[in-house]
Amino acid sequence: MTTDVLIRVTGLHMDFGTVKALNGVDLEIRKGDVTVIIGPSGSGKSTLLRTLNLLEVPTEGTITFEGVDITDHKVNIDKHRQKMGMVFQQFNLFPHMTILRNLTLAPMKLLHQTREEAEENALQLLARVGLAERAGAYPAQLSGGQKQRIAIVRALCMNPDVMLFDEPTSALDPEMVGEVLDVMRSLAKEGMTMAVVTHEMGFAREVGTHVVFMDEGRIVEENTPEELFAHPASDRLKSFLAKVL
Amino acid sequence: MPYMGIAGGVWDKIRDAMVAWGLELKDSFVQNFIAENRWKYLVNGLGVTLQVTFFAVIIGIVLGFLVAIVRSTADKTGKLGFLNGICRVYLTVIRGTPVVVQLLIIYFVIFSSVDIDKVVAAVVAFGLNSGAYVAEIVRSGIMSIDQGQFEAGRSLGFNYGQTMWHIIVPQAFKNVLPALANEFIVLLKETSVCGYIALQDLTKGGDIIRSRTYDPFLPLIAVAVIYLVIVMGLSALVTRLERRLRSSDH
Repeated sequence: MTTDVLIRVTGLHMDFGTVKALNGVDLEIRKGDVTVIIGPSGSGKSTLLRTLNLLEVPTEGTITFEGVDITDHKVNIDKHRQKMGMVFQQFNLFPHMTILRNLTLAPMKLLHQTREEAEENALQLLARVGLAERAGAYPAQLSGGQKQRIAIVRALCMNPDVMLFDEPTSALDPEMVGEVLDVMRSLAKEGMTMAVVTHEMGFAREVGTHVVFMDEGRIVEENTPEELFAHPASDRLKSFLAKVL
Repeated sequence: MPYMGIAGGVWDKIRDAMVAWGLELKDSFVQNFIAENRWKYLVNGLGVTLQVTFFAVIIGIVLGFLVAIVRSTADKTGKLGFLNGICRVYLTVIRGTPVVVQLLIIYFVIFSSVDIDKVVAAVVAFGLNSGAYVAEIVRSGIMSIDQGQFEAGRSLGFNYGQTMWHIIVPQAFKNVLPALANEFIVLLKETSVCGYIALQDLTKGGDIIRSRTYDPFLPLIAVAVIYLVIVMGLSALVTRLERRLRSSDH
């Protein structure tokens, strides 16, 4: 069991001044899991996701990724981040570069791929999300849904072991949510390990292998989606589900 | 001849006056620029002005970017406290004193014991001066880039420096280009105080001609026109560069 745990979070606390964003979180993400984190806003779910690759440094607690405690100051976090793709709510594509350059920059500079290798790989992945013909465009020329699909591809170009999604569809117009979820669904089908913070309960139920409900900086309940949605144990989850479903 | 009659005399007078003024101007031109090869004061002076400006711009850019990166790194991460302190003193002193005074101090105080070329002293003075203004311009550019860009870079595995270099600084540079160009245009004009250390730049050259011929009009106007043409040329160049850099914001 222990060998296929990809990320282990133990006793995580995160204080922003007097606000306790995380208040003792323990979590395991196994290889191939699609862990979906749900909860009301301010529950700490985004903070939890952002601590996984140390974009937020936890006040207390440890995060082990592939057997290495990445909260240890001696660890070169940049090396480990290369293996953890991240997709943001606001896409965060690099606006001064073409799509192709957005995709090839990190593989060329960090994985030392040649331009040909990096571009071939990028174009292949672009084709998979149906955007091969936009390789030469700039981010500002794309729709939100297209931008987010590109952002997913950008993370995939680094060939990560896990993908972190921070509310990937929350900034999208409703008609574009589907195209992004489709890409995520196909990724999950291929066995990519994913951690997803989302308000899309349909996605959580259908694609998730493990659903985590957070409130007030703690994990209140976690279970398979079938169980969690059908038989919520806590009142807080019940009232949350009543509001969102 | 429709204007003969009463008005005829007036027109003749105007014409005579203009001819006389033209001849005078021609004499003045010969006297100020041709005689004793005085045009060389302007040409050599322009050479000095351009030389000082060019190298000062280079120093200003390098120094300005370094200081800006130190300052914004300190602001963002709370590290580099000592360097940040030095940078803040530098900015305060340079921006709090007139450039002429800085030039005089550098030439007569700091380089007093060494026999240094005046051009080098001017380059150092204007470079140090410009660096402070460039630093604040670039810092404002760096701070204006969305934090998400920074996080995207870091999440891919770039370290702080790589993220700055590949992602933040190019965008910041693009945003501050008009302000930077303006700073260098100001710098070009500010070098006109080089005469304070008896360096013969363009302004000093024109002034030397004036002092020889006792005829201030043409030499000073010529100096002004030369500055104006260079500044207009530079502005046009910057506009073109901006348009090219804008190709990504459709």
